[in-house]
Amino acid sequence: MLKKIVSNADEAIKDIQDGAVIMLGGFGLCGIPENSITALVKKGVKSLTCISNNAGVDDFGIGLMLKTRQVKKMISSYVGENAEFERQLLSGELEVELIPQGTLATRCMATGYGMPAIYTPAGVGTEVAIGKETREFDGKMYLLEHAFKSDFAIVKAWKGDAHGNLIFRATSRNFNPLMAMAGKITIAEVEELYEAGELNPDEIHTPGIYVNRIFKGSDYEKRIEQVTTRLKA
Amino acid sequence: MLDKFGIAKRIAKELQDGYYVNLGIGIPTLVANYVPEGIEVILQSENGLLGIGPFPYADEVDADLINAGKQTVTTTNGSSFFDSAMSFGMIRSGRVDLTVLGAMEVAENGDIANWKIPGKMVKGMGGAMDLVASAKNIIVAMQHVNKAGESKLLKRCSLPITGLGCVKKVVTELGVFDIIPEGFKLIERAPGVSVEYIKEKTEGNLIVVGEIPEMILD
Repeated sequence: MLKKIVSNADEAIKDIQDGAVIMLGGFGLCGIPENSITALVKKGVKSLTCISNNAGVDDFGIGLMLKTRQVKKMISSYVGENAEFERQLLSGELEVELIPQGTLATRCMATGYGMPAIYTPAGVGTEVAIGKETREFDGKMYLLEHAFKSDFAIVKAWKGDAHGNLIFRATSRNFNPLMAMAGKITIAEVEELYEAGELNPDEIHTPGIYVNRIFKGSDYEKRIEQVTTRLKA
Repeated sequence: MLDKFGIAKRIAKELQDGYYVNLGIGIPTLVANYVPEGIEVILQSENGLLGIGPFPYADEVDADLINAGKQTVTTTNGSSFFDSAMSFGMIRSGRVDLTVLGAMEVAENGDIANWKIPGKMVKGMGGAMDLVASAKNIIVAMQHVNKAGESKLLKRCSLPITGLGCVKKVVTELGVFDIIPEGFKLIERAPGVSVEYIKEKTEGNLIVVGEIPEMILD
């Protein structure tokens, strides 16, 4: 009998210790594991290394964990929306590794596909290439980038079931299925949790084998960074 | 001289029917507003959407549906969603026909810098390094000079590089420039701008061959 369902975020993250390496899904504030971030702030674990495309904003998302100084190192591609992040970075309080977005995604994918490394042209000839092995294929240079190693991956899905199968919605999919494949332990929080058999197997984005714990989240704020609308004619 | 809308309008004239296009944040995003009549282009957003529709009406805003600039958007007929690895897969494998992005500096050899000002600004490269390393055709949309009045079209980039030798064309408020082995080749002047003025504002090697036409926008 599979026992993946846990009651809430506190239970799902209870064994995350100081110094852990954690992947967090989401792009900007879209598709971030809100409940788990709140639980990590409440638990107060420190010296975390967070792998996430962005670092939230000052008072939401990973920004909440930066404010409480729980993050030792961020591995991201873009951190422009967070003033506290920029302050901690420029003052040297926070370590950061900025890597190209596609490289970030593909390094997660490599982990989930059981491949130790990938070659990408992104970053050739830039600071990103310093210290990295390069190789030429068909006249073009590529960088060797290693698969990520992380202790936990925490993702947010739209629907999930008791077996850990996940379905994402619209652009909140982003890094979530990739990180789900890449955690030593993967935690999924979902808006809707179903019994096994209630989701159509053809529609599953992440097969349950990649997911260790799943819970139904609550009170999703789903904050929008830039509400942009047009007027009705 | 062009304003940012004029720059976007001029770049839109480079679009061809059936193009898959990735538009960066800022002026590039505006290009979508000027797609010429009778032409269909499909916009790719690297956060995982092919077929970006217009901004939503206030009552259809969806927090799960944003573009790479984190703005709320809509889908359009034929749209699809995918994860970030597949998104950069389509970029890396050369499926995206045109990439339009902003820059802090462009060099006469096609190098681009747009992700970092050491000690001052550290926002990160986002998807820019992946895009410039793989896109078939890259157009830069930017102001010709920086806030201090210094040329952004340079002999060599002074800021950390985003990609090497990748920019094919630059459109600024002053004109349109093709990057050829010898440098920035002036193709068109913005309305009311002289070749002499463009020369004065361009630090990199400017190539002027014959009479340079003034661009026609409408």
